[in-house]
Amino acid sequence: MSAPVNLDRRQLLASGGALIVSFSLHGAFAEDQGAPATSAPPPPGSLKTSPYLDSWIRIDADGSITVFTGKAELGQGFKTAFQQVAAEELDVSFASLKVVTADTKLTANEGYTAGSHSMQDSGTAIQNAAAQARALLIAEAAKRFDLPVKRLKTENGAVIGPNGRRLSYGELVAGDLLHVQAAPTSKLKDPATFKIMGKSVPRVDIPAKVTGGAAYVQDMRPAGMVHARVVRPPSYGAELTECNTSVVEKMPGVVKVVRDGNFLAVVGAKEFQTVKAMKVLAAAAKWKETARLPKQDDLPSVLTSLPSQTSTIFERNDPTVTGQKAIEATYTRPYQSHGSIGPSCAVAELVDGAMTVWTHTQGVYPDRQAIAEMLHMAPENVRCIHVEGSGCYGHNGADDAAADAALIARALPDTPVRVQWMREQEHSWEPFGPAMMTRLKASLGGDGKIADWNFEVWSNTHSMRPGGAGCLLAAQGMEQAFAVPPAKPLPLPEGGGDRNAIPIYTFPNAHVVHHFIPDMPLRISAMRSLGAYHNVFSIESFMDELATLSGADPVEFRLRHLDDPRGREVIEKAAQAFGWRKGQKAPQDRGYGFAFARYKNLAAYCAIASEVEVNRETGRPRLVRAVAAVDSGQVVSPDGLINQIEGAIMQSMSWTLYESVTFDETRITSIDWQTYPILRFDAVPDSIEVHIINRPGKPFLGSGETGQGPAAASIANAIANATGKRLRDLPLTRKRIKDAIDA
Amino acid sequence: MMTLKVNGQDHTIDAEPDTPLLYVLRDDLQLNAAKFGCGLGQCGSCTVIVDGRAVLSCVTPLVLLEGKQVTTLEGLGSVSEPAPIQRAFTEEQAAQCGYCIAGMMMRAQALLQRNPKASDEQIRAELAPHLCRCGTHMRILRAVRRAATLMDTAELLPAEQGSAR
Repeated sequence: MSAPVNLDRRQLLASGGALIVSFSLHGAFAEDQGAPATSAPPPPGSLKTSPYLDSWIRIDADGSITVFTGKAELGQGFKTAFQQVAAEELDVSFASLKVVTADTKLTANEGYTAGSHSMQDSGTAIQNAAAQARALLIAEAAKRFDLPVKRLKTENGAVIGPNGRRLSYGELVAGDLLHVQAAPTSKLKDPATFKIMGKSVPRVDIPAKVTGGAAYVQDMRPAGMVHARVVRPPSYGAELTECNTSVVEKMPGVVKVVRDGNFLAVVGAKEFQTVKAMKVLAAAAKWKETARLPKQDDLPSVLTSLPSQTSTIFERNDPTVTGQKAIEATYTRPYQSHGSIGPSCAVAELVDGAMTVWTHTQGVYPDRQAIAEMLHMAPENVRCIHVEGSGCYGHNGADDAAADAALIARALPDTPVRVQWMREQEHSWEPFGPAMMTRLKASLGGDGKIADWNFEVWSNTHSMRPGGAGCLLAAQGMEQAFAVPPAKPLPLPEGGGDRNAIPIYTFPNAHVVHHFIPDMPLRISAMRSLGAYHNVFSIESFMDELATLSGADPVEFRLRHLDDPRGREVIEKAAQAFGWRKGQKAPQDRGYGFAFARYKNLAAYCAIASEVEVNRETGRPRLVRAVAAVDSGQVVSPDGLINQIEGAIMQSMSWTLYESVTFDETRITSIDWQTYPILRFDAVPDSIEVHIINRPGKPFLGSGETGQGPAAASIANAIANATGKRLRDLPLTRKRIKDAIDA
Repeated sequence: MMTLKVNGQDHTIDAEPDTPLLYVLRDDLQLNAAKFGCGLGQCGSCTVIVDGRAVLSCVTPLVLLEGKQVTTLEGLGSVSEPAPIQRAFTEEQAAQCGYCIAGMMMRAQALLQRNPKASDEQIRAELAPHLCRCGTHMRILRAVRRAATLMDTAELLPAEQGSAR
């Protein structure tokens, strides 16, 4: 049996012709030799790229402590988690320090807040920086006391020596004590002694949010601020042929109309006056549109007929094992919307040639680069500051709104400009989660185990984030327009369209193919979990189809193919907590479903069992209850983790049962909550339970996206269990279920 | 010019009569809690209480509000002196991004003022106009139930009069 090979797409593109051979060799080398030796291992987490301790922790002479993260709080609660981690390792109280989030002037460049990386990148960096800072403070105190380090301890922001001798951190930090590069390893606290980590500390952002405090970029009102609204084209690629602005310019409160090529906006003193002016301006604008959208109701042929770059990303062969009974199935996912409840918003101001943008972007540094390029400014003259917006779940209109605000602010120097998108703009212009198709084929051996597994996925890229000015709507519309950059697939092991395409289960023969589609008929980008949502939906639905074929219980069938002990434990926990029993039978018109994945095959593990009720008359499904188990390594805030998993299940349920972007030949037609319905309270389950398997001392494993795929498949499997019919096209709507029941 | 009573105080408003209440609250009175979500009355994030009833402020023009009492989340309590509903949402950690929460809280407040013993079904039905995208629904339901208990044990709130303080 040949060794399994994980193929990195960059290697694949670089290696040209003799693909499989070179990969097999590479794989064998990697397995046999381990990682090539280097002089010193890099420090952990984002300390790799920002190694100075004072990039993360600052202690002032008055003892005040500030923690810096390049990640953005998006409502996941990790501003609180970072504060817990830093307080724990510094040995100070939780309340005694504050956390500053993504700001190009103040924090490290940690790229995007994406991919469930925040705890593992930034949380790990902060934990290690704090531990090393504490060690330096002790060493400094040892020098001043002329005592050995081992006779000192820390407590509440001070180093304590024998006989009550005490030096506060503020007294110890003189000079450049913390301006040193991180060591490769840190002496972290023993998890058994944790006082703050592992506790459900109340979130620091919630008090303002429940009392009407200024909590969002939408709530900013700097002195002299004006309001702006953009008039977006009616469809992709539409060109502004005519626009008489004279009527609008005379409207009450209107400050200015800004036009640059196809970019059109109006600025007003008061917000509603500006909205009214926008409507008049929109009516005055004449556009030339092009019918260029594909057929919405035949996604499989659209996806398979677009040109694609095909690569084998996983291959394992054991000719001694062959299957007997084979089945195949095709699964599809439509374009889906992030659907932020608050449309995107930003504030920008140009003062003395320096542009400041307050934005809910997920990447202040990449956004700064793109905005600087758009404005032909030096990046150091642009500052992007993250301020929370409405939840985004990926790349929504945030970066575009930031660019809109900056472009308008350039036309009105010394004036803070606030841009907020309208509902229909967010719905029709945000970059969607891409449509996908998967084709699966597998056979069962005589032992009831899968002998041969074939998986193909067709997908666009899953990130068109800036990436350059060409990713910004405003820059695309300018007279001197920036072209959309060519799409690139995201490299494995994390992947994009092929994220979680490689099965976590062990099959003797397996073949996984990624068809990367460069052309993007609809504007798309990153949406929570990227391709993992559909790939896990496909794999875990098909596992149930195969379990049925082999006459096995779905949980037992999964365990039959899974070696990973942490994965097995998560599955067993969810099944046990749900009360899953072999041979169980759900009550009339109800079904039980199960699904499992490890996000990206390298982040958090999640298994979900669900009970779904289906109204046979109407086809309407309702998730009655869900029970999840999750292993995300060392847990910092149990309640924060539970909140993320609960949210993932609810959101994925909404995607899975209701959601698809609609369009005609020219325009997006799902432009509000009537035309793009999502979960409402009448469909909220009776209960959701989340069980955590904590792993003290183990690395943080990203958990924000791990629930999306398992929730979808668990619900799909429960619907199949309830109705006896397998639905393979997302969303699993009332009508599709009804049609399947009636067929 | 018209006078608008918000959180117990009279304000002179210089805005066109068709201006939706939401813009008056946010732009003229600089209140943060009521949020713009859709401007279409489809999502509930702009909800405030007018004369004891939950109202979608994004589709309610100023001209209809003469002589009425408007209450926003700011009028119920503060970080240092939270109203029962604010305590309940904090204690249940019933938010992720929290953008929808102020609207949810105001409709729940109106419901509990009207019916302190609202059943789970009544709470769910009442919250039907509200969208939450983070999937915090289970916590929101728990928080509303907790608020009912807290209100039951707290002194009667003068929230109808616009201020709980």
